[in-house]
Amino acid sequence: MEIPKDLKYTESDEWVRVEGNIATTGLTDFAQDQLSDIVYVEAVADVGDKLEKGEPHSAVESVKAAADVYMPVSGTITAVNEALVDTPEIVNSDPYGKAWLVKFEIEDLGELETLMDAAAYQKHLEERES
Amino acid sequence: MAYIPHTEDERQQMLAAIGVERIDDLYEAVPADFRFPDLDLPEPLSEMEVMDELMALSEANLEVRHVSSFLGAGAYNHFIPSVVDHILRRNEFYTAYTPYQPEISQGTLQSIFEYQSLMCELTGMEVSNASHYDGATALAEAVILALNHHRGKRSKVVLSPTIHPQYRQVVRTYTQGMGLTLTGDEDCENGVDELKALLDEDTTLVAVQYPDFLGNLEDFTALGEAAHAVGALFCVVVNPLALGMLKPPAEFGADVVVGEGQPLGIPVSYGGPYVGIFTTQEKYVRKMAGRLVGETVDVEGKRGYVLTLTPREQHIRREKATSNICTNQGLMALAAVVYLSMMGKHGLRKVAELCYHKAHYAAKRIDELEGYSVWNKKPFFHEFVVQCPRPVAEINEGLLDIDILGGYDLSEEYPQLKDHMLVAVTEMLSKEEIDDFVDALKELSHD
Repeated sequence: MEIPKDLKYTESDEWVRVEGNIATTGLTDFAQDQLSDIVYVEAVADVGDKLEKGEPHSAVESVKAAADVYMPVSGTITAVNEALVDTPEIVNSDPYGKAWLVKFEIEDLGELETLMDAAAYQKHLEERES
Repeated sequence: MAYIPHTEDERQQMLAAIGVERIDDLYEAVPADFRFPDLDLPEPLSEMEVMDELMALSEANLEVRHVSSFLGAGAYNHFIPSVVDHILRRNEFYTAYTPYQPEISQGTLQSIFEYQSLMCELTGMEVSNASHYDGATALAEAVILALNHHRGKRSKVVLSPTIHPQYRQVVRTYTQGMGLTLTGDEDCENGVDELKALLDEDTTLVAVQYPDFLGNLEDFTALGEAAHAVGALFCVVVNPLALGMLKPPAEFGADVVVGEGQPLGIPVSYGGPYVGIFTTQEKYVRKMAGRLVGETVDVEGKRGYVLTLTPREQHIRREKATSNICTNQGLMALAAVVYLSMMGKHGLRKVAELCYHKAHYAAKRIDELEGYSVWNKKPFFHEFVVQCPRPVAEINEGLLDIDILGGYDLSEEYPQLKDHMLVAVTEMLSKEEIDDFVDALKELSHD
């Protein structure tokens, strides 16, 4: 299971890449593996929407389950990955790269402290597995 | 194999869990006198006697085969080739309720696939689901699709007053408590211009009927464009049989086309079962309720059918589902498939044209009668409104005495149309029957 060191993670299996006050977020490798083949991705938020930490910004559907994807921290949506509408399968093949879901402007940089680093997320997954 | 799911032990455990000793204790609240009242039942009868009694009851029913029916209003008496019933009653189709293990039910899947293909042909739309319960629930599902398309950010639904009154009631029932504004049908004279004026950025869906409940035909292209200009979806409710000769509603720019499939080989019967047609454009397919069957090939390259979109409400979306509709009207959809296959493209057109011409003959003759006039100013298909010299209920009573089932009394649902009768004429009525109807109306024009 791939867990890049330079990213931050949530307990609900989202990753966050922070550049300045802009965050990019998506589903982790573990999440895509659990969901299996992704067949549909839909942004449920629009650019400009201000969302609280924990509110859903996207919904993904695989051949066996549907899941909401949540805001890792509060912020205002600045971009939605339109490519996923036609190629949802890249969530499976490139979860940390091309398959980012949304970008947003972080409201309070301090809130990033609530997220896990790669080691903590690794541990979190191991605990959940056992 | 016993089909009793619980053992005595399990029953005792359940009783203990809810804190009673015996099942009878649960009935304590019912006074003893009422628990086992003496039933005043007649003496037992032989099978022959029971048959006589049931036949007498059955013969007391009024049945369209024994009268000349001019009643439509959403359910129409058409000829049904006997092969429709013959195929429906094959036990391979008749006993299977719904394909829970779809891929082993290739025949059922194929019939649904063909139904979907035929509905797309008729409506001109890109996608059809495997059907809903009836036309009314299909319209309600169109509203739900629009709400989900706008992700709940829009809350206004504009309904034409000439959509079937019961369909509008079902939409209101479906959506109660959702905080929606359903508007447009307050005034029964609201037409395209009035509906257009109601469209705004909060409008999720505007729906019209074609032919409408009062029989009229209208080009809705401009309304469709106006809906799209504010980002709303546009829904057209159709009579599929009329599409045998009319322009398919996809040409109006419809996003959703729904309708009652009953005219396609399903007899008129109180309470159904009928079948709801639901078609849309491919871009909305993920928002569509129900199931969708697709054609594919197996590992050996042979043609096969699969549930391309399974009942996601059950298996995948569960609590995130946007509709609780998982099932479809398989047998009735099959009736529509067989009917359309028997009729063929030309046959369907012929039925529609027969209805059209007979209805126009009847309308012309009625319009010539003193005291009666045809209310419709626009073109109509096989149904039209007649302004009568007396209350419709009184006229219908007189008609029934001579085995004619009169038209639908519009006075209750359309107060402005007091003493107006909605008359439907299908291919089932002969010229003689129409002439008899006209003569009877003349007789009944006064007390």
